[in-house]
Amino acid sequence: MKQQRLSEDKLLEQVTSTEYKYGFTTKIDSDTIAKGLSEDVVRLISKKKEEPQWMLDYRLKAYHTWLEMEEPDWANVNYSKPDYQEIIYYSAPKQKKKLNSLDDLDPELKKTFDKLGISLNEQKRLSGVAVDIVMDSVSVATSFKSKLAELGIIFCSISEAIKEHPELVKKYLGTVVPARDNFFAALNAAVFSDGSFCYIPKGSKCPMELSTYFRINEAGTGQFERTLLIADEGSYVSYLEGCTAPQRDENQLHAAVVELIAMDNAEIKYSTVQNWYPGDKEGKGGVFNFVTKRGVCHKKAKISWTQVETGSAITWKYPSCILKGDGSIGEFFSVAVTNNLQQADTGTKMIHLGKNSKSTIIAKGICAGKSNGSYRGLVQISKGAKNSRNFSQCDSLLMGDKCGSHTFPYIEVKNSSSKIEHEATTSKIGEDQIFYCNQRGIGTEEAIALIVNGYCKDVLNQLPMEFAVEAQKLLEISLEGSVG
Amino acid sequence: MLKIENLKAGIEGVEILKGVNLSVNSGEVHAIMGPNGSGKSTLASVIAGNECYEVGAGSILFEGEDLLDLDPDQRAHKGIFLSFQYPVEIPGISVSNFIKTAITEKRKVLGLEPISAKDLLSKMREKMELLNIKIGYLSRNMNEGFSGGEKKRNEIFQMAMMKPKLAILDETDSGLDIDALRTVANGVTKLKNKDNATIIITHYQRLLDYIIPDFVHVLHDGRIIKSGGKELAHELEEKGYDWITKEADKKWGC
Repeated sequence: MKQQRLSEDKLLEQVTSTEYKYGFTTKIDSDTIAKGLSEDVVRLISKKKEEPQWMLDYRLKAYHTWLEMEEPDWANVNYSKPDYQEIIYYSAPKQKKKLNSLDDLDPELKKTFDKLGISLNEQKRLSGVAVDIVMDSVSVATSFKSKLAELGIIFCSISEAIKEHPELVKKYLGTVVPARDNFFAALNAAVFSDGSFCYIPKGSKCPMELSTYFRINEAGTGQFERTLLIADEGSYVSYLEGCTAPQRDENQLHAAVVELIAMDNAEIKYSTVQNWYPGDKEGKGGVFNFVTKRGVCHKKAKISWTQVETGSAITWKYPSCILKGDGSIGEFFSVAVTNNLQQADTGTKMIHLGKNSKSTIIAKGICAGKSNGSYRGLVQISKGAKNSRNFSQCDSLLMGDKCGSHTFPYIEVKNSSSKIEHEATTSKIGEDQIFYCNQRGIGTEEAIALIVNGYCKDVLNQLPMEFAVEAQKLLEISLEGSVG
Repeated sequence: MLKIENLKAGIEGVEILKGVNLSVNSGEVHAIMGPNGSGKSTLASVIAGNECYEVGAGSILFEGEDLLDLDPDQRAHKGIFLSFQYPVEIPGISVSNFIKTAITEKRKVLGLEPISAKDLLSKMREKMELLNIKIGYLSRNMNEGFSGGEKKRNEIFQMAMMKPKLAILDETDSGLDIDALRTVANGVTKLKNKDNATIIITHYQRLLDYIIPDFVHVLHDGRIIKSGGKELAHELEEKGYDWITKEADKKWGC
C-alpha cells in the first residue's frame, strides 16, 4: 500500500530539532574572581562593588543562613545538583572607565547586543523603551535615565542604587523575599552581583516600558541578579525582562530574586520573556533557572506577572503575589514551553490576606519532545481575607507522545465567604486540526504556529505589543524547526 | 478537470474505496449519494489528501497532475477546497485571522504580495452579504462554540473567500435548518461559474432541490454503482437505495 500517512515520528523529530539561535560568546576581557564560595568571596564581591558596610553585613548574614540550608528537592524535576564550589560567583566585563554615553560602549559588547537584536540606539530612538542591560553580572548600559529622572523615576542598576539611594534599598531590600526564604534566595542575597532597581514616585505614571536584558556570557559563571521595584502610592509601571545565554557544554546556574512592592493604589506590570539556553538534544548544557519572584500588594494595588518561558534546561520559578491590602489584585499569565529534555516546574502563589482581594491565574503549558512540564500553584486564602476571589485556569498542550505534563494545584481556604474557581484542560495538537489548516493551504509548520498562538492568546495579549511579537517568534523558534 | 481512476483507499488496513472512477469537467456540478458507510466522506478526504487514509491503487488527476504526489496544502494551492462534514475548532484564532493566513499562504506560493487589510475586509464584506453573515462573526474564534449551522456557513464563507476551482461539499446540508440550507445553497449556486466545478456529497436529496446537479452518482461499498442525471436523485428519494444496492451486491459478490 502506498503510504500517504506522514510519519509522525519524522515530523516530531523535525519539530524538535531546532538549534539554539543565541549560542555565541563574546570575547571581552572579564574581571573574574576564582571559583568557589566562602565568606572571603562574599567579602571580595562586596569590596569589588565598593559597597557600604551595611550591604556587606546583609550579604554575610545571608551567606551564613545559606550554609545552614539544604537545596530543595520537592520540585518535579531531575538534575544533578550543581557543585557550588565549582561556580564562579563574580564576573564583570572589564571596562576602562565609566561610560558617559552609549557611544563609548566596547565595540565587542555592542556587537553582542546587535546579535541579540537589541540595538540600543535604535531602541532609544524608535521604541521609547528604556533598557538596562545586565551582561554576566554588571549593568553596563542604562539608557533614558535622564529623561526618567525628570519625573523623579529612578531606574538604574542595583549596585548604583546601593550607592546613590541607600535609604530606599535599605528600607525595601529583602522585605518581600527575605534571605532565609529559600536556598536559592539566600544564595542570591549573599552573592548577587547586579540587577535592576526602580522606584516610581507617588502618583507617577511611568511614560515608557522599562526593560532589562539579561545575558550570561562568561563560562562557568552563575548569574545572580537582584531586582527591586517599588511603585509608590498611585503610581504605575510596566517592566519588561528578557533573557538569553550563550550555548555551553556545562550547565550554568541562574538564581535570581525579584521583589516588587506596590504601595496603595499602585500598579506594576512585570513581563518576562525567558530564552536561556535549554541545552542540546541530549540534554547537555543548558541553564538551571532557579528564580524567586514575589510581589506585595498594598491597599487596592495590583501586580500582574506575565511570563513566556521557552528556555532553560531546568526551570524552577513561581512568581507570586502577597495580596496584603484590602481590594488588592494579583494576576499571573504564563506560557511555559518545554522541548527535547527540558524540565519546567513553574506556577504561582497567590496569598490572600486583604479583604475583597482578587487573583487570576492563567497558566498554559506546551510540552514537546521528551520534555516534562509541571504547573505548581498555591492559592491561599487567610481567615481575614473575606470575600476574596480566585480564578485559576491551567491548560496543557502536548505535542507527540513522549512528553509529560503535570498539574499540582494547592488550595487552602480559611474563610467561608471566599470563592475559588479552578479549571484545567489537557489537549494535543490534533492531526485533524493540522489537516484542516493544510486543506486551506496553510503548511504544517505554519499550522502549528497558528494553533500554538491561538492557544497562548490569552497570555500573549497581556504583553506589550513589541514584546508580544518577539514572544510569538520565540514560540515558533522553540517548537517548529524545519518542518516541511 | 478531475479524473479519478480505479481509486482504492482505506484506513488502518481496511479497504473502504474499492475502485472508484469519476470524471468531473469544469462548469459541472456532481452529486455523490449513497447510504451510510458507503465511502463518501473517505472519497472527499482522499481527494483533499488526508494522511489518515492509505491509498492502495489508482490515480487522481487534477488538471493533468497526479494529486497523490502532492501534500494537502499543495492541493489546496492548486484550487481544491473541502467543506468539512465536521469542521474542527481552532481556539484563540479568529475567523478573519484564519482566512487571512490561508489567503496569505496561498499568495506566497503563487509569488504574490500579501493582500492589504483594506482589500481583504471589503472582500469579506461582500461574501458575508452573500451568505447572510453578521460582521461580529469575523472576530469569533474558528468554530469555537459555533452551532452546527454556523460551522457549515463558515465553511462556505471560506470557500467564497478562497475561490477554489474544485469545491467538495461533504454533507454540508447536515445540521442545517431550512433557512440556513437555502442561504448556503444560494451562496454555492452564485459562486458557480463555467471555470469551476462542485462535488456535493449528501445523504439526502433535499440540498439538490436548491443546487441542481448535472450528474448524480450512487456510491455503495466503495464503488460508484450507478450514475445518471438529476432525476436519479428523485428516484432515490422515492425508492431508497435498496433497489440499486441489491443488484450491485449480486454483481460484486457481497
